Amino acid sequence: MEFPGLYNYWITIVLMMVGFYIVIAHDNLIKKVVGLNIFQVSVFVFYISMAKVRGGTAPILDAGIEIYSNPLPHVLILTAIVVGVATTALALALVVRIRNAYGTIEDDEIEGQEDDA
Amino acid sequence: MAVTALALVRLRNLFAVVMLAGMFSLLAAVLYVVLDAVDVAFTEAAVGAGITTVLMLGTLALTTSEEKAAPRKILAPLLLVVATGAVLIYGTMDMPRYGDPNAPIHRHVAPYYLERTGPDTGLPNVVTAVLASYRGYDTLGEVAVIFTAAVGVLILIGRSRRPRKKRQPADKKKAAQ
Repeated sequence: MEFPGLYNYWITIVLMMVGFYIVIAHDNLIKKVVGLNIFQVSVFVFYISMAKVRGGTAPILDAGIEIYSNPLPHVLILTAIVVGVATTALALALVVRIRNAYGTIEDDEIEGQEDDA
Repeated sequence: MAVTALALVRLRNLFAVVMLAGMFSLLAAVLYVVLDAVDVAFTEAAVGAGITTVLMLGTLALTTSEEKAAPRKILAPLLLVVATGAVLIYGTMDMPRYGDPNAPIHRHVAPYYLERTGPDTGLPNVVTAVLASYRGYDTLGEVAVIFTAAVGVLILIGRSRRPRKKRQPADKKKAAQ
């Protein structure tokens, strides 16, 4: 097993698991959204690190440069970042609405109120 | 970066959490520059670190900035997370090595775009050329997604007592560029 060749994936996985943990273990809804963002960034890092070519440069054409990194994942992730912000905004709007309706943004307290009702 | 993420787990002051999340985004942007993705780094720094932080702070202003108690049920999520991570790491064993120029991802259509962008569009930046020229429809769809999100945000909180939130869609339109 060659250790150094895969560490970029492992960093991605560690980040992803941190985000995953925040999402499933915390009750605070804003914290959950932050966890989702971490998860998302880890996927971005995964794509970008796959696009890297050893000895390559950024994909901006110039004379005398032979090796470029792969531009296609970059395009995908550009789109994904912007879409991610849109979904984050929507999630936060939902959080604000939940706060208006229940007076709390803690998942377990909302459940408690639901059970009482 | 991993340290920042771990600190995010422990912190309960949501204001600090949001600030750390912004820092996390900036660190990600630096990482993208190191990995040759300069366009992505720009976007992450402006959109991820900038607009997301502003949106989160707005939400904090409208709700609360303190998380209640630490989670009680720690063991089960932790086990689930570790198990998932282990499976994923097992899955990476067959992945191409970091920076390998012969990985499948670099051998399919990427060389076509790298060769044709100069003659076809005259743009030096391949990422911009693919985004705006070859795959222009994707960007159109992206704008549709952002518009939908803006409409959703407005429906959800547009009529509430606080008109401040109406600024959000304008921010996001800028992000679509």
